[in-house]
Amino acid sequence: MGFLRFSALMAIAGFAAACGGQKQAAPSGPPPNAKRVDMATAGKVTGRVMLDGAAPANPPITMTSDPVCISQNPNGATFESFVVDNGALENVFVYVKDGLGDYYFDVPADPVKLDQHGCRYVPHVLGVRAGQPLAISNSDDTLHNVHALPNTNPEFNKGQQLKGMVDTKTFAAREVMVPFKCDVHGWMHAYVGVLDHPYFAVTHDGGRFELKNLPAGTYTVEAWHEKLGTLTQRVTIAPKESKEITFTFKAPA
Amino acid sequence: MIWLHRYTKLVAASTVLLIAAGGMVTSTGSGLSVPDWPNTYGWFMFSFPMDKWVGGILYEHSHRLIASTVGLLTVILAIWTWRVDPRPWVRKLGFAALGAVILQGLLGGLTVLLLLPPAVSIGHAGLAQLFFCITLSLALFTSRSWRTAEPGVDDPTLRRLATATTAAVYVQILLGATMRHTNAGLAIPTFPLAFGHVLPPIWTQAIAIHFAHRAGAVFVTAGILATAFYVRLHHGSRRDLVRPAMLLVVLVAVQIVLGAFVVWSALQPIINTVHVVNGAMVLGTSLVLTLRSYRNSLRTVESRVSPDGVPRLGPGPSPVISAFRTEGQVGLSGDRTRDALPKGTHA
Repeated sequence: MGFLRFSALMAIAGFAAACGGQKQAAPSGPPPNAKRVDMATAGKVTGRVMLDGAAPANPPITMTSDPVCISQNPNGATFESFVVDNGALENVFVYVKDGLGDYYFDVPADPVKLDQHGCRYVPHVLGVRAGQPLAISNSDDTLHNVHALPNTNPEFNKGQQLKGMVDTKTFAAREVMVPFKCDVHGWMHAYVGVLDHPYFAVTHDGGRFELKNLPAGTYTVEAWHEKLGTLTQRVTIAPKESKEITFTFKAPA
Repeated sequence: MIWLHRYTKLVAASTVLLIAAGGMVTSTGSGLSVPDWPNTYGWFMFSFPMDKWVGGILYEHSHRLIASTVGLLTVILAIWTWRVDPRPWVRKLGFAALGAVILQGLLGGLTVLLLLPPAVSIGHAGLAQLFFCITLSLALFTSRSWRTAEPGVDDPTLRRLATATTAAVYVQILLGATMRHTNAGLAIPTFPLAFGHVLPPIWTQAIAIHFAHRAGAVFVTAGILATAFYVRLHHGSRRDLVRPAMLLVVLVAVQIVLGAFVVWSALQPIINTVHVVNGAMVLGTSLVLTLRSYRNSLRTVESRVSPDGVPRLGPGPSPVISAFRTEGQVGLSGDRTRDALPKGTHA
């Protein structure tokens, strides 16, 4: 009897452990001797991302499969892969790829927002911290499904059939980038960079970015674009130093 | 029996429609546009408002509704066959169809809930073709020609050739399903050459799957041509064999052209779906030819029954072991004269 009870308990414990393995791990608290960035000596890396050559035209989107999407885009719509302003490229995710060592960074509790508006994901490219909430909302008067396709983190697919619905998700592990899609509206895509530190930005306003509060050190900084791939640079900054770098992607032929 | 036969044809035709609807789901990338199952965005499936059938939902939800209809038709088919058909093995086949369609529905739900794992999706595609084969077989077995026509041929070579061809077609369909569900449809983006070569100069898993499907097409075409040639040469007077053999040649030619256009059009959904449906037609036609080549063997376990279901006497190619059910009794005997009569008529 005792053996049977023990076996049953072990089976339940094993099942619970197996199921628990599917869940995202909650972010752990800081270790006792956590190494933190000294803001008094921190520097920053700023810069621009440029496109060498003419940007390809973004193809038009056919939204005829959903009247709501058509009504929200009366002048038509195009894909947003190439957002170029005077040779500067926007929607590029720039982040510190390595070199940070064992610094500890608190995870923000405030959610990063990803909205579905006008049958688009807004913003198109964004970053979030591992363990930080990502609030995904539907501002459209039509149905969407939020389908994340990560490689490292668990995939999910959530329906949002009503305007105003919000689902909050977190990614436990670092991953650059996590594609999002809507299978209802095949043109809807977003890309989310998940990082275990705060040094990331998405280019905007003339392809500019800023990685501030960086401790002195040598870093690999990477720029990611959904069509053009990645470029990396090694950057060394001294305490309180501000350094400017430029990434230049080649336009596709 | 004639109404049962008409009904089996309806179920088989509905299955073709279902395969087409499923093909459109995959071809348009709509497989996960309805994230829940068996409900649809929280609605009971049959009460999901029509104004919400937008984008990919149109394909996925239609597929579910057609599948439900085919499921209901199959329930009726199983019951009807059980009550009307005197042959035990045909009645069992009716329930095999029911089991297959239930399993198919579960696989369909599972692949949605598990986010389209290739193994489950490929299994769903493969079982769809098997279910179609069962419904088509039932349509053949309940047909007037099967039950009353002249004896079939007794040709072991034809049986082996036709069986191998049908098996090859099915394997080819599974390869195609693997290609579709692993996104390898454009792994080789050129046709007929692969990156300008007969053999791909580089190999990845996707390229290997894609190339296997192309190589399979060559193999299947050779099998079909060999079978058709053999039928024409040795059984040219048998319309029941020549017609499916010639149809096979036409269908496989159409299938190759469609396959080329699938690549040239970069997976245009309608062309892609027609390719899938025509593949099912190739399989079904090859199966019909195969079953007809086995007709003598199969008829050794059935009685010769007239179109209205009443057993009758008649010449047979060999002593017939009857196995028919009259008034709830199954008779088995090597004496065809006695057992071909309903119970009581030979007392």
